[in-house]
Amino acid sequence: MTGAAISLVIAVGVLFAVGFDLLLQRSLIRVVVGFVLLGHGANLALLLAGGAGGRAPLLGGGDDRPAADPLPQAMALTAIVITFGVTAFLLALAYRSVLMQDDDEVRDDLEDRRVGRDREDEE
Amino acid sequence: MNVLVPLPFVLPLLGAALALAMRNHGRALRVLGTVFLIGVVGSTAALLHAVARDGVVAVQVSGLPAPLGITLVADRLSALLLVVSGVVLLAIMLYAAGEGGLSAEEPGVFYPAYLTLTAGVCLVFLAGDLFNLFVAFEVMLASSYVLLTLTPTRERMQAGMTYTVVSLTSSILFLTAVGLAYAATGTVNLADLSGRTAELPPGTRSALGLLFLVVFGIKAAVVPMHLWLPDSYPAALTKITAVFAALLTKAAVYSLIRVQTLLFPRDDASMPMLALAAATMIVGTLGALAQDDLHRVLSFVLVAHIGYMLFGLALFTVAGLAGAILYLVHHIVVQATLFLVSDIMQIETGEKSLRRLGGLAGGSAFTAVLFLIPALSVSGIPPLSGFVAKLALFQAGIGAGGAWGRAVTGVAALTGLLTLMAMTRVWTLAFWRPRPPGSGASPEVREVAPRHGLRPIRTVTAAMVGSGLMLVVLAGPLSAWSRDAAQSLADRTAYRNAVLHGGEAP
Repeated sequence: MTGAAISLVIAVGVLFAVGFDLLLQRSLIRVVVGFVLLGHGANLALLLAGGAGGRAPLLGGGDDRPAADPLPQAMALTAIVITFGVTAFLLALAYRSVLMQDDDEVRDDLEDRRVGRDREDEE
Repeated sequence: MNVLVPLPFVLPLLGAALALAMRNHGRALRVLGTVFLIGVVGSTAALLHAVARDGVVAVQVSGLPAPLGITLVADRLSALLLVVSGVVLLAIMLYAAGEGGLSAEEPGVFYPAYLTLTAGVCLVFLAGDLFNLFVAFEVMLASSYVLLTLTPTRERMQAGMTYTVVSLTSSILFLTAVGLAYAATGTVNLADLSGRTAELPPGTRSALGLLFLVVFGIKAAVVPMHLWLPDSYPAALTKITAVFAALLTKAAVYSLIRVQTLLFPRDDASMPMLALAAATMIVGTLGALAQDDLHRVLSFVLVAHIGYMLFGLALFTVAGLAGAILYLVHHIVVQATLFLVSDIMQIETGEKSLRRLGGLAGGSAFTAVLFLIPALSVSGIPPLSGFVAKLALFQAGIGAGGAWGRAVTGVAALTGLLTLMAMTRVWTLAFWRPRPPGSGASPEVREVAPRHGLRPIRTVTAAMVGSGLMLVVLAGPLSAWSRDAAQSLADRTAYRNAVLHGGEAP
């Protein structure tokens, strides 16, 4: 494994760690940023899955070097499009919830709290 | 005949595009949605017929040979699930069209999103490679995010956020798992993978297997990864909750069955999965007993019964898989029916809280019957379809599961009783006792009454109860079909030959 690949592997690890940490925060905008970072991490992991790099995988490139594996690139492209669309939706959702409750904090679930309180009352 | 395979998801996608183009014509949308879903049901029925005649049918999209191109596969399991899902999707579409109330507020959003959801569900059942399966899940989930947050209220926005973030987390893990599987084997084609995972070192193999278990476990709401479900499903419009409860978690269970049997086959029962199944059943039913909101009770029942399907898979025997398939079919129909009935109960009383519901049996005996049949069925009372499916699972668990299999069978029987208790609780509180004072004045009352009265939606719900009863009538052929499906899942050669060798043995 080359040095470049190892630094990418470390980058995937860092992206996942930071992404999951942000995902667990209460502020919605941090959650969205966390998801974006996780998406980047997963896409990098996909690219790494293709093995060593090489020339662009085009027919008739006139180049004898081995070509890079095109399949993970195609998959990463598709995944980028999907995460892009979903991020836009998440941002809209976060904006709506700011409009509706004046802040972007995730609240505790009311029904959960009510059921918990009922049990305490019965005891 | 090969053109039949892509039809179940191409048709609704086409319908969704048309629905978007004419999003301002509510009446035309209702007709269009119904026509396209009838088309889906027809094409899935034709596919079922083709699979019954020819065995596994595989199509290589754009003609590229198997491990390179995109593969669509229909075998006995996917064909059966396609037909059942098609019928349930059509029924709920008719319910929405007959209701004409809430869905009429945003028909331009509801119908395209619903048709896209249909396409996603069908593609999950047909996908022949891991990446395509991922895309299918994204199509299905992206439309479900839209449907869940339709006519937004504060509660719905919050539930939508929980649901979206949890689903996306599992999707990211899924994508990573696809990448890792590709790095380890150099292919994402399921049939090709099934040959190559056997050569992997045991550590890599079990790590991949566990990762897929977590990915689909989150999507299927397996305890302890179930916490998102009862917090998000009940917030949606009830008919949408009915689709979600019937199909989304089941699509994940299907994928789990497909991936585990094809990629990680084993000869003995899987201990971790047996433990997860037992935990899911117990936690789910206890949750159902504790809740007050009717939709939450039903959501926890859903979680509990995912445990049964996992139990059938965890045994890794033909009988266990056959039981899991029967249970899938039974539960898709019965869970959708229960949610539809709960919607009618909510319209009649203006309440969905058990402490405020009451007096339904006196007012509308018909609704009482509509509730009682699926409630008894989900608890496993003979001779209803829940009993048939549970019996198959119990026989499989006692027959081949060893001591642990018998123990989990005991847990499953207990779960059946606890489900009966939860359903009896709903029955006594909502139907049997007189209406409590102050009922009908809660702030969570349904926003809009159905435009055409109760008759159309009651008819659709009665038809769903009827199809639940049909499962009992068809129990013989259905059991035989699921045994054959389980046999071919365990055997794997027919699937691999159809995909990799164009149907002939190598």
